[in-house]
Amino acid sequence: MRMIARRLGLYALTAWVAITVNFILPRLMPGNPIQTLIGKLQGQVTPNEINAIKLSFGDVKGGFISDYVTYIGQLFHGNLGVSITLGAPVSSILRETVPWTVGLIGISTIISFCVGTFAGAMLGWMRGSRLDTLIPTATFFQAIPYFFLGTVMLLIFGSHLGWFPVLGAYSSNVTPGWNWAFVASVVRYGELPVISIVLSSIAGWMLGMRNMMITMIGEDFVLMAVAKGLPRRKVIVHAARNAVLPSIANLSLAIGLVVSGALLVELVFNYPGVGDLLLQAVLNEDYPLIQGIFLVITLTVLCANLIADVVYLALDPRTRTEAAV
Amino acid sequence: MRTLRLPRSPKVLLGLGILTFFIIMTVIGPWLAPYNPSATDFLPNTGPSAHHWLGTTSLGQDIFSQLLVGARATMVVALLAGLVATALSMTIGVAAGYLGGYTDDGLSLLSNVFLAIPGLPLLIVIDSYLPVNSRSNAFVIGLVISLTGWAWGARVLRAQTMSLRNRDFVEAARIIGEKRWRIMLSEIAPNLLPVLASSLLFTVLYAIGAYVTLAYIGLTSTSVWNWGTILYWAQSNNAPLSNEWYWFVPPGICIALVGTGLALVNFGIDEFINPRLRAAGLTSKQRRSLGLPRRVRLGFTPVLRSARPGVVAPTNAQAASQ
Repeated sequence: MRMIARRLGLYALTAWVAITVNFILPRLMPGNPIQTLIGKLQGQVTPNEINAIKLSFGDVKGGFISDYVTYIGQLFHGNLGVSITLGAPVSSILRETVPWTVGLIGISTIISFCVGTFAGAMLGWMRGSRLDTLIPTATFFQAIPYFFLGTVMLLIFGSHLGWFPVLGAYSSNVTPGWNWAFVASVVRYGELPVISIVLSSIAGWMLGMRNMMITMIGEDFVLMAVAKGLPRRKVIVHAARNAVLPSIANLSLAIGLVVSGALLVELVFNYPGVGDLLLQAVLNEDYPLIQGIFLVITLTVLCANLIADVVYLALDPRTRTEAAV
Repeated sequence: MRTLRLPRSPKVLLGLGILTFFIIMTVIGPWLAPYNPSATDFLPNTGPSAHHWLGTTSLGQDIFSQLLVGARATMVVALLAGLVATALSMTIGVAAGYLGGYTDDGLSLLSNVFLAIPGLPLLIVIDSYLPVNSRSNAFVIGLVISLTGWAWGARVLRAQTMSLRNRDFVEAARIIGEKRWRIMLSEIAPNLLPVLASSLLFTVLYAIGAYVTLAYIGLTSTSVWNWGTILYWAQSNNAPLSNEWYWFVPPGICIALVGTGLALVNFGIDEFINPRLRAAGLTSKQRRSLGLPRRVRLGFTPVLRSARPGVVAPTNAQAASQ
């Protein structure tokens, strides 16, 4: 599969760029943030730990290239450094938080994509009808920052009406683990964050699909399907199957945007995912943690992109023949 | 050269109206503000009243003044970032699309890499390393945002350039012996105007979101008033949970309205580029007055071909009756 190989190459390159940015950035910045940081930590940590921090930020004059090689070598061993404020290895902190984020954002994105595409297909089919008034409304929702919509939903449906539990990912009186009470509680606490991410992101899918559908309906094969006397439902499915391809091709690009927005939703809901952690890290200037989070988010998004590409390849036979040539 | 004529649909007019309102607010907002937004002279935590239209913060600052003053920083950074990013994406997109070959491969790879890296986390990493005094500098922040926001536009512009590259008029210019940069600048670029405009609107939209988000998590200087800073203070004083809606709802609505305005105008541009969408964007009344069928039939996507969409169009029905 040449296409997959090419995409893999692209993502490998992207991962390398992200890693390199992570490495170079602290060394480029004026005013040496690391010195400031170490100055702040003086007296709170042992000299040994200060040395470790210096090492991971290149404050040791060990030559650029050799530092870089050491850095990448450490990454391959899963060593992301030690969080300054939490005092634990960044990789073990992330191991606890990343599953929450992947679950929350993954499920929301799948729901939003499916519902939005379906609604967009309907809107495109029934263009010119009253349903078109939905479009400015959807646009408005799309323009609201994710975190703001999350805040408003939290206020209205969480604290005011009390329909949904607020803050956190599960109730404090269940024990985490694979038991029924815990899973139910996680689902219950996840409802509101999921709904607000879906609401913020659905308009993009909907509008893209609508526009593609309108273009697709003008194609000959749709006319042919009608002329054959296919029932309307089948004709719609026919057109929609072709109209959805660009959406899926764009899926891999959109994931990055959705993740960026959704991280802040976690923050609003105090969800124990990466978003909340990122805020704490930023507030405390915990550079190893910020960088570790950036790296892990980037790698996760790249994996998601790869999955989207594979799905696209499976759905569109044309790309397969091109790849075979 | 086709100039950009927006269809005069209600959507576009509404969008233009909203944008005009906020542009005026950007220009005169700081003068209109009744109080100094940072002054802590008033009774804290009061609701909206005749003196303080949007109430006061828990430090006793006037929220309405903060909103008016904050409009400028928000819009200036967004516009700056949008312009720089669009200039970047045009340079890279047109060069990649027109020059082709290794240049294209290299530049496409570059934009694909930037597309694949999630923008906000990258922005946060870069911004957290900025010295504190640059964080209050609108110029620096705008540049950093544009660095993460140009790739999508470059991709779209590259595709468009490739479709223009082999048209006759470009071929003619090449045969005359025009220089390559001249062909790109004066033959290709003007024809990219609608796509360029749409990409500018999108980048401005992205930049507003990015800037407000950075401010909201406290990564820009909190002494510069913008809509994100207001939200930051509201959030850190627990305004959402203590029912002080007048503190955090107005800035959010303003952000959403600017975004809606940009997106609505963008619909107009989309309809300009794609005539099939233009016909689909009409209301049923306009449809009737143009002689288009009310219910669109399959296989016949009506295309408006008049010079001024939405005004007068010779239609099939009229042509048939003559």
